[in-house]
Amino acid sequence: MKPGQVEILESEEHGVAYSGKSIKRREDQRMITGHGQYTEDISLPGTLYASFVRSDYAHAKIIEVDFKNALKLPGVIGILTGKDLEGKLNQIPTAWNIPGSDLHVPRYSAIAVDKVRYAGDPVAVVIAESPYIAEDAAEMVSVKYEPLDPVLDMEKAEDRSSPLVYEDVPGNRAFLWKLDTGNVEDTFRTADIVVKQRIVNQRLQPASMETRGAIAEYNSGTGITTVWMTTQNPHVHRFLLSVILGIPEHRLRVIAPDVGGGFGSKISCLGPEAVICYLTGHYGRPVKWNETRRENFLATTHGRDHIQYVEMAARRDGTVLGIRAKVFANMGAFLSTAAPGVPTILFGLILPGQYRIKAIGCEVHGILTNTMAVDAYRGAGRPEASFIVERMMDILASELKMDPAELRRKNFIPASEFPHAVPTGLVYDSGNYVQALDKAMQAIGYHDLRKEQEKLRKEGKLVGIGISSYIEVSGLGPSKVVRSTGFGLGLWESATVRVHPTGKVSVFTGGNPHGQGEETTFAQLAADELQVPIEDVEVFHGDTGMIPFGMGTYGSRTTVVAGGAIAISCRKIVDKARKIAAHLLGVPEIDILFEGGKFHPAGDMDHFRTMADVALAAYGAGGDEVPDGMEPGLENTSFFDPENFVYPFGTHICYVEVDPETYKIRIKRYVAVDDCGKQINPMIVEGQIHGGIAQGLAQALYEESVFDSTGTLLTASLSDYAMPTAVEMPSIESYFTETPSPHNPIGVKGVGEAGTIAAPSAVVNAVMDALSPLGIRHIDMPLKPEKIWKAVMASKQKAE
Amino acid sequence: MSEGSRTLRISLTVNGKKVEGDVEPRTLLTHFLRDKLSLTGTHIGCDTSNCGACTVLMDGYSVKSCTMFAVQADGSSITTVEGLERDGKLSRIQEAFREKHGLQCGFCTPGMIMSTAFLLKENPHPSDEEIRWGISGNLCRCTGYSNIVAAVKYAAETSGGDSN
Repeated sequence: MKPGQVEILESEEHGVAYSGKSIKRREDQRMITGHGQYTEDISLPGTLYASFVRSDYAHAKIIEVDFKNALKLPGVIGILTGKDLEGKLNQIPTAWNIPGSDLHVPRYSAIAVDKVRYAGDPVAVVIAESPYIAEDAAEMVSVKYEPLDPVLDMEKAEDRSSPLVYEDVPGNRAFLWKLDTGNVEDTFRTADIVVKQRIVNQRLQPASMETRGAIAEYNSGTGITTVWMTTQNPHVHRFLLSVILGIPEHRLRVIAPDVGGGFGSKISCLGPEAVICYLTGHYGRPVKWNETRRENFLATTHGRDHIQYVEMAARRDGTVLGIRAKVFANMGAFLSTAAPGVPTILFGLILPGQYRIKAIGCEVHGILTNTMAVDAYRGAGRPEASFIVERMMDILASELKMDPAELRRKNFIPASEFPHAVPTGLVYDSGNYVQALDKAMQAIGYHDLRKEQEKLRKEGKLVGIGISSYIEVSGLGPSKVVRSTGFGLGLWESATVRVHPTGKVSVFTGGNPHGQGEETTFAQLAADELQVPIEDVEVFHGDTGMIPFGMGTYGSRTTVVAGGAIAISCRKIVDKARKIAAHLLGVPEIDILFEGGKFHPAGDMDHFRTMADVALAAYGAGGDEVPDGMEPGLENTSFFDPENFVYPFGTHICYVEVDPETYKIRIKRYVAVDDCGKQINPMIVEGQIHGGIAQGLAQALYEESVFDSTGTLLTASLSDYAMPTAVEMPSIESYFTETPSPHNPIGVKGVGEAGTIAAPSAVVNAVMDALSPLGIRHIDMPLKPEKIWKAVMASKQKAE
Repeated sequence: MSEGSRTLRISLTVNGKKVEGDVEPRTLLTHFLRDKLSLTGTHIGCDTSNCGACTVLMDGYSVKSCTMFAVQADGSSITTVEGLERDGKLSRIQEAFREKHGLQCGFCTPGMIMSTAFLLKENPHPSDEEIRWGISGNLCRCTGYSNIVAAVKYAAETSGGDSN
C-alpha cells in the first residue's frame, strides 16, 4: 500500500456508497474563490468599532484611567473602564470545577477594575465610528499604574515570600489535584530500576490564522442580541455569555460563521466578546471588534506550560511497573473556561499510555501567575502526558540498553485484552498497538535504519531514530463521566436531520466544524444512512438560532459524537420511512427491505418507494399520507451521549540528522501510522494528521512563548513567535490501521489531535538518540541549535 | 493621531475593473480592498507582514496588502482571489487546491493562492524545494503544508504554462 491509502471496511447492512471515500470537500468552493464568510467579513450598517486599551504591566494597581483627551477625538463615541461595567457584567465563569482539589476560582472581570494581572489585561474599551479612530483613541488613553512584582516562576509561586496574583488565593495555588492508584509508593520503593527526569513542556500560542473577533447587533424591535463571533462552541458561548451579561438565553443568538482555525483557543469564553454584546445594547448600534495579531498573542489563551518531575519504575527485564509525576501547571492570570480540567483530568488519566502500567501517581499544582491564561490547545493535556510517557520509555530503554521499539512491544496492552480497564479508571475501547508499531517499523525500514545509523555514526554523523507510540482519550465524552470530573455540562451532541417533502435533506449539527471538513464528512454519512445522493444533503452548523443545543468542536469529538448523533437521527428516520413505505406498498413492515435507496418487499424489486416518495407522503403531499395514528413529517432530533470515550492510537517514527557544527536539525523521514477507527473521508483524515504533526513538530523544534523578567511577552508577533513555514516542514509519510470503536454507531475515533500528541516525542526522541553518543540524555523543547550547542558544551566539560 | 478628514483620491484597476476612491493617506491597501470594495477574500492574519493572508498581485507581482498604503497602489492594477475565475470557471490553481486538499479552515488560502500565482508565473515548473521557498511568505496553521505543496505542483503540471 502507498502512503495515505486506506483499507476500507464496508458496512454490509447499509450498502456504503460514500463513506470511506476521499470525496473532495464542498467547503472549498467558497474558500478558494474568496467567498468564505469569516467574522471580520461581516459588515452591518451603522457599525461602531471597539478597541481595547491593554495593560503594559504584568502586575500593577490601576491608579487612574485618564481618557479626557481621547474622548475629544472626532469620531469617538465613548470610553468605558472596568468600573463603568461593574454591576453590568458578571465575572467570567470557569466551567470545569475539578472536584477534590481545593479549587479556588478567582473573581476575574472582563475589564480590569483595581488591578491588572497580565500584560494585555484590558483596562478600558474605546468605541468609535471607525476602527482607525478607535485605535487612535485607545493610544491616547493614559493609565497611571502602581507596578507590583509579577508572579512568573511557577516553582516559587507557592512560597510565602511570593507576591500574590489574587489576595484571596493563598500561595497562588488554584488547585492541587492528586491521583494515586494506591500502589505507587511500594512500586517505586521495590522496583529494580527507577529513572527520573525533569521535563519542561513549554508554553505555546495556538496562533490560528484568523484571530478572535465579534460583531454584535441588538435589535430593539425584537429585543434580541445577535453576535457573530469566532467560536468553536456557539451554544456554550451563548450559555456563558448569558450568565455574564444577564441577557436571557433565548434573547441571545450566537452565530459562528466560517471560523479560521481555533485549535482550542476559540473554546474559552473571555471578556471582549461579552463587552461587545453589552455595548451594542448600550449604544443601540452594531459594534465590531477584531483582535490584532499582537492582541491575539497577548490575550487569547495559551497552551501547555508544565514543569514536570517524572519518574518511571521498571524491572530489570524491561517490564514497566509505574510512572509518577509532580507537575506545576501554569494556569496564568485567571482560570479560563476549561482550564482546570486540562492539566488534571485530560493529563493524569491517560498516563498509562499504551502500556500495562499498574502504578500511576500524579500531583498537579495549578499555579496562578501574571501571564495570559492557559487553556486547551490542540491535544490539551494529552500531549503533555504522552510526551512524558514516551520520553521516559526512551530514557528507560537507554538505561536498560534495550531497543526502544522492543521495550514498547514488551509492555503494550495486547490486542486480545480490549476493552481494557487501566488503573486510572479509564476503559480503553479497542486497540491493536503491536500492529501499528510493526507497520511503522516496516514503513521506515527500522532494522535497516539502525544499521545505517551505526554506519553513519562511525563516520561522525549525528543521526537518530525516535519512536512515539501514543494514545489519546478523545470523542469527549460520556456525560456521566465528564460531569463526575466537575465539567459544568454534559458532553453529548445533538443533531436534527430533516427530510423535506421533495426528499432533499438538511442536517443540523451541534458540532461546529471550523476547518475540519465536516460539511462534507457529515453529508457522506447522512447520504449513506438515508441512501440518497450526496448532492441532496446540506449540512448546517454554528447558528444557535436554528440548531438544537450543541457542545461544539474540541477534544477530537466532532465526527465521533456529532457524527454519532446524525447516524442515530438518520436511522430513526429510516425506521419511520419503512413504516410509511409498507403502508404505501400495502405490505407488512417486517417484509420491507431498504437497499439501494429503495424500500421494497423482500424478493420484489419491481414495487418500491424511494426516500423521496416516502417524504412526500410523510408531509401529506401528492395524495398519499402516513398510516393512521402516525405523526406527519419526516425529521428527527437526537442527542447522542456516548457510553465511553474513544481511544485513537498509533506509532510515529522520526529519523533525524543533527549537523555536528551548527546543530541544526534536519528531519530526514517522518512516518506516521495512525488508527482512528473507521474513516469516513480518508483524505480529510490524512489532512488532520498532517496538520497535527505540523503543530507537534513545531513544539518540538521551534515554538515557545517567551516572557521577560517583567512579564512582558516577547513573542507577541509572528516575527518573534517561531511558527514554521513550508520550508521548515518535512513531507509526512502517512499510513493507517483501522480498529473500529465499539462505542458509537459509526465505529469512528477522533483524529484532530493525534498528530499534535504523537509528534513531539517522536522528534525529541530522535534528536536525543542522535545526540546520545555525546553523552546527552535530555534537552527541553524547543530543540533550538543554541540549546543543543550548550548541552554539547556542558557534556564536553563534564567529560574533561 | 487622526489625520482628520484629509483624504486623497486614488484610481486603480481591481480585477479588471476601474475603481476610484477617497482614502486617508494612512489607509492600508487591504482595508481599501475589504472595506471600500467589499472584496473580503483578502484576509488579515497579522500586523507584521509575516502571515501573507493578505497577499494580492500588484501589476503582476505578489505584495502583502497589509503592508502597503492604498495610495501606493494608485494607478496600478490589482488582482485579488476574487479575480481569478474566468467565465465562471475556477483557475487551475484554485482547482488544484481543492483537488489536493490544500486547505482546511481556508483563512490563509486566498493569500496562498495568490502567492502561488506569482510563483508559477516566475517559475512554471518549480521543484518541491522551490515551491516551499516560494510560499514561505505565507503561513498556514492547518495543513502542515504537504498538501499545499502537492497542490502547487499539481497546478504547475496541469497549467500548460498558463500561470492562471
